Amino acid sequence: MTGVPMEQGLLLSAILFVLGLTGVLVRRNLIMILMSLEVMLNATGLAFIMAGSRWGQADGQIMFLLILTLAAAEIGVGLGLVLQIFHRFKTLDADAVDEMQG
Amino acid sequence: MVLILFYITSAVAIFATVMMITRLNAIHGLLYLILSLLAAGVLFFLLGAYFAAVLEVIIYAGAIMVVFVFVIMMLNQGQKTLAQERAWLKPGIWIGPSLLALILLTEMLLIIVQGGNVASAHVVDSKAVGIALYGPYLLAVELASMLLLTGLVGAYHLGKPLLNAAKAGGNS
Repeated sequence: MTGVPMEQGLLLSAILFVLGLTGVLVRRNLIMILMSLEVMLNATGLAFIMAGSRWGQADGQIMFLLILTLAAAEIGVGLGLVLQIFHRFKTLDADAVDEMQG
Repeated sequence: MVLILFYITSAVAIFATVMMITRLNAIHGLLYLILSLLAAGVLFFLLGAYFAAVLEVIIYAGAIMVVFVFVIMMLNQGQKTLAQERAWLKPGIWIGPSLLALILLTEMLLIIVQGGNVASAHVVDSKAVGIALYGPYLLAVELASMLLLTGLVGAYHLGKPLLNAAKAGGNS
C-alpha cells in the first residue's frame, strides 16, 4: 500500500494552478486566457480528487463532477463572448475591450 | 511503483502546461493543453478515482477541447487561411505532444501488463460515487443541471446575432 503522498499531490495541484494563473495574467489572447482558466479549474479538481482519495470518500469525485459542469457551462458562454468580441473588434486582444474604462 | 508513475505523470503535466502558456499560436497551445488534461486523467487513475479519470478524458480532453478547436477554426476565415493551416500543421509541431502522449501510453501499458491493479491507498469506485451523487448530493445535481441549462441558453443567445449575420451575408 504505497499510495501517493498527499503533500506532493497538493504541491502538484498548486503548481498547476499557479501556472494557469500566470497564463491568465500574462497572455493577451482571449482564447489562451480561457485555456489557462481550464488549467486552473483542472488543478482545483485535482486537489479535490487528491483529498477524496486520501480519505477514501466519494465527495472528492463529486466535487470534481461539479467543477466539470462549471467548466462546460463557462466554456460555452466564454467562447460565445469571444465570438462576439471578435465580431465587433476584429481582434482577440483582451486589451482591445477596455472601452468601459473601469 | 505508483510513486514513480506519479512523478513521471506530474512532470508531463507540468511540462505540458508550461509549453501551453508559452505557445504563441492558440492551436499549438491547445495540443499541449490536451496533453496536460490527459496527464491529469492518468493522475486520477493512479489516485484510484477511475470514474473521474474516464470523465476527464471524455469530457475535458474530448468535448470541451473540440469546442475550442471549433471556435479557433471559426475565427480564422479569409484568404490566408490555407497558408495558415499549412503553417500550423507542420510535422515538427506534432513531435512534442506525440512524445508526451507516448510517455502516458507507456505508463498505461505498464499498468495493464502488471495486472491493472495500481496499489493506491483508497479506490473510490463509480458505485460509491453514484450512490453519493443521488443521495446526499441530489440538490447539487439539480443545481448543476440548472447551471448547464443557463450556459446553453447564454451561449445560444450570444451566438444568435452571429448566426443571423452569417445567414444575411450568405444570401446577399
